[in-house]
Amino acid sequence: MSTSPNSFRTGPDERGHFGLFGGRYVAETLMPLILDLEKAYNEAKVDPQFQGELKYLLTQYAGRPSPLYYAERLTKKLGGAKVYLKRDELNHTGSHKINNVLGQVLLAKRMGKTRVIAETGAGQHGVATATACALFDIPCVVFMGSVDVDRQAPNVFRMKMLGAEVRPVKAGAATLKDAMNEALRDWVATCETTFYCIGTVAGPHPYPAMVRDFQCVIGDEVRKQMMEAEGRLPDTLVACIGGGSNAMGLFHPFLDDSGVRIIGVEAAGRGIDSGEHAASLTGGRPGVLHGNRTYLLQDKEGQITEAHSISAGLDYPGIGPEHSWLKEKGRVEYVSATDDEAVEAFQLLCKIEGIIPALESAHALAHTLKLAPTLPKDNLLVMNLSGRGDKDVPQIAERLGVKI
Amino acid sequence: MSRIEKRFAQLKADKRAGLVTYITAGDPNAEVGYQILKGLPAAGADLIELGMPFTDPMADGPSIQLAGQRALKAGITVDVTFDMVRRFRKETGDNDTPILLMGYYNLVYQRGAERFCKEAAAAGIDGFILVDLPPEEVDELKPFAVANGLDTVLLTAPTTDDKRLPAVLSYASGFVYFVSVLGITGTTSASEEAVRTHVERIKRHTKLPVGVGFGIKTPDQAAAIARHADAAVVGSAIVDRVKAGLDDNGKAKPDLVPGVFAYIKALADGVRGVRKV
Repeated sequence: MSTSPNSFRTGPDERGHFGLFGGRYVAETLMPLILDLEKAYNEAKVDPQFQGELKYLLTQYAGRPSPLYYAERLTKKLGGAKVYLKRDELNHTGSHKINNVLGQVLLAKRMGKTRVIAETGAGQHGVATATACALFDIPCVVFMGSVDVDRQAPNVFRMKMLGAEVRPVKAGAATLKDAMNEALRDWVATCETTFYCIGTVAGPHPYPAMVRDFQCVIGDEVRKQMMEAEGRLPDTLVACIGGGSNAMGLFHPFLDDSGVRIIGVEAAGRGIDSGEHAASLTGGRPGVLHGNRTYLLQDKEGQITEAHSISAGLDYPGIGPEHSWLKEKGRVEYVSATDDEAVEAFQLLCKIEGIIPALESAHALAHTLKLAPTLPKDNLLVMNLSGRGDKDVPQIAERLGVKI
Repeated sequence: MSRIEKRFAQLKADKRAGLVTYITAGDPNAEVGYQILKGLPAAGADLIELGMPFTDPMADGPSIQLAGQRALKAGITVDVTFDMVRRFRKETGDNDTPILLMGYYNLVYQRGAERFCKEAAAAGIDGFILVDLPPEEVDELKPFAVANGLDTVLLTAPTTDDKRLPAVLSYASGFVYFVSVLGITGTTSASEEAVRTHVERIKRHTKLPVGVGFGIKTPDQAAAIARHADAAVVGSAIVDRVKAGLDDNGKAKPDLVPGVFAYIKALADGVRGVRKV
């Protein structure tokens, strides 16, 4: 890893800031606990035993490395870039979320915590957390907006089968942001015994850096796999962004490879102009929420506005602070895809490659469908297929007017 | 000397603890909210915390969450809140009762900390309690607060140990707010013994007065806190009285404002009944 001043990979600073972004904007009650967590993580990070255990679990339990699959039919149809799919949907629990959760729950165990809480949007992080807690025999409570409880029913039942308690949150728009508020409220009351397992590269320092580190396994694998497959690095990376953990995991190991074009795809909902979207970088501005400074959807006053996306996992008015920084630095391009484009892409991948993508990942795919045809045939494009879409089948059926 | 310092000096001279009352600005609407604000000192409030309604009050329990939603629905903004304080100073002629803004940092940040401090001071506000601005981040506000004569009241919690306390206190002015329980506002209450221990611990590190809040609901509890602390802070229980004064359509019933004042008077009697040596 480069440590030169020109590196994009050295952040955050010791106070958890990525330039203007990041930080630790939390109540005093939590502050000492966050400092403890930072210390524990810094120790674990360099402890070969911790890393060995994590590696073992990622390999033997989660099924890593996930394949880097050359999507030949998709590539032919698009007629441009050579499209590879990073198959993180094949992980145990069906998404990239398990990469981070195994790391955090191992850390919780190491810190002697006896209870784990998590927030979830689509339920993928909730399922992953419930899974790891079942494996380690730790009680688990998952906070989930009641709107998401309804639209992601299969995942709710999965969490319950795995032994977790799911607490529906009715406040606000009853989606991911409100679930995170409620998880923070629980944590402030239980912080001495409870580990808060945040699902994305957001929240107070050290979460954005820690979750990123755990997710970097995605990009590290892609680097190696692409060298094996093509003898060189990819030219283009594409990933969807809600909080941005799957994207950061893919992007970060390539940030200092200036020849690699990197693109994050936000959820444009019913269109950026409609005002009903979840594209914080495109339609928001810097503000402070959930422990960090980052781009947020908000009104003039600073009241947080509701995000909208068909995808529960992207339905969040903020984004990880490191993405905000990368946007300002111009290192990563941030674009968006609408609900309709995502649903169309979802259906295409089912038919053409026999893969049902998560609605979240379908946003990355929607942009890939637009971008790949404009690129030369020798352009190696990697799209992170961060989750599988089984959970979305009822919702897609409903949208298509089909009763199942 | 700031209004807050003067008020605590006076309380000390009177050999009693103070009552700090929290209301959410403009709850349930701008006019009724103002009537409550205006009458707080006469009802027995020694200091006033005025909550800035925010969409995502992460450290607040259901009572203050609902109060914030009522105020936001009534169109309460930072400007309306400033106007309310300006009107209070002008109409009541009360130039002694300290008014602190309480809330979350994003509203300050969006306006710009410098401009916010300038406008707050001009409106007659005395300081801040910003829940999500710990010592690690308060740097970005502190210089502007100092320049405008505003106190920054920092929070300490049961988790703030002796090693960390000096760092917290180095940024605090006016008084120190001890959050007596682990948790959000308006839920559990701390034991008198726990409060005593923590207040003594904090006082070993600072000469600043110590106010204690979270979970105080009854005059007896307020009195118990007053025995050990320099002030008792009551919030959720007061905004619950506002809620109780609303009809099914959310409109204020005639007994809302008197009901809030009667409750505050009972709290004040509890606090004032304790003589300090």
